[in-house]
Amino acid sequence: MNHRGDTMTDDGGSPAPLLAGRGLVKAHGRTPALRGASIALGAGEILAVTGPSGSGKSTLLHLLAGIVRPDEGSVTYAGQRLDRLPEQRLTELRRTDFGVVFQFGQLIPELTAVDNVGLPLLLAGASRAEARRRAGEWLERFGVRGQEELRPGELSGGQAQRVALARALVTGPEVVFADEPTGALDSLAGEQVMTALARTAREAGTAVLLITHDAQVAAYADREVRLSDGLVLPAEVAA
Amino acid sequence: MSTRHILLGLLEAGPSHGYDLKRRHDERFPQARPLAYGQVYTTLQRLVRDGLAEIEGTDADGGPERTLYRSTGAGARELARWAGEIAPPAPFVANEIFAKVVVSILAGGDPAAYLRAQQDAHKARMRELTAVKTDPGADLATVLSADYALNHLDADLRWMNTTAARLTTLTAEVDTA
Repeated sequence: MNHRGDTMTDDGGSPAPLLAGRGLVKAHGRTPALRGASIALGAGEILAVTGPSGSGKSTLLHLLAGIVRPDEGSVTYAGQRLDRLPEQRLTELRRTDFGVVFQFGQLIPELTAVDNVGLPLLLAGASRAEARRRAGEWLERFGVRGQEELRPGELSGGQAQRVALARALVTGPEVVFADEPTGALDSLAGEQVMTALARTAREAGTAVLLITHDAQVAAYADREVRLSDGLVLPAEVAA
Repeated sequence: MSTRHILLGLLEAGPSHGYDLKRRHDERFPQARPLAYGQVYTTLQRLVRDGLAEIEGTDADGGPERTLYRSTGAGARELARWAGEIAPPAPFVANEIFAKVVVSILAGGDPAAYLRAQQDAHKARMRELTAVKTDPGADLATVLSADYALNHLDADLRWMNTTAARLTTLTAEVDTA
């Protein structure tokens, strides 16, 4: 909470952002998705990126999360050029520092809720018992109790999405990328997911890049920028 | 908002004095403007005048003497009638935002810039309301009250988006009328 907003002033003297994209250009085939977009996310900040469908929101998320490399421009995370990291280091950094939640949780259907949440911990070298214990704690924080041993197909949409949030946060990432996290939910389930995400991120000091076309979802953020014609508005003054 | 009916509703729980009614009102409707004491006492006097409430007695409780009010049978019937009455679906036709857009076109101003600024103000208010309802201490009444405002602001925003996208046509229509 202490480093929200105020790190993001345009006065040029503010601390460097945790994650920044500068002059990002990306085309899908011959269709330009981003045409020089610049964006900065402060440590612990919840930033909403809004814009109509097709405005390049998801492309921006993929570039900032290091899932896709830009055609032009740079992505800087904690002082290092993400777009220049070798694939293996990028994969490792995504595992340790980033969490991702999509519109459809993309849980592994064969695994129970608790094993889905524990999976990133197993990949990071935790024992199975330890992974299950910590996963259980996170499920409890997200109000998913008594459903630990259910598989994704047996959960409601809201429950599944809260399991996906727990999985994104279980490793204590610096940044969570959330792409339309409530897009497939009714309004009450969406509210529960967003409240859980906002509270937990603020408690843990996790920054969130929140992609949404819904103004009520964007209102959970500390700040909002919008994508229009492949550019981020209002334009950030380059640090 | 009918203050008299809300006070009648609070009196249904049992006899109460003005200060207590004000406090319970402000707790129950946390997002509403707090009631002024003067308004509470004036309203109580009118309820008594109209036979909807009556004075139960006085209560000193170690401090200054306070008048206790209670609801009457007529008050309970009036409350039931009001609570079941359909609130008129607001017409929302004479809205200030639309008027400003049209006047801005007439005066050769920049309605698009106005709409952007108005949208930013709406969004800022929505963030404030969302922070209120996301606070771990927020009770359900606070959440629901904030949701009511959020949904209305969101409707305004969607209307402003559509309008901003149709300003060229609107400008032509206003200019030729």
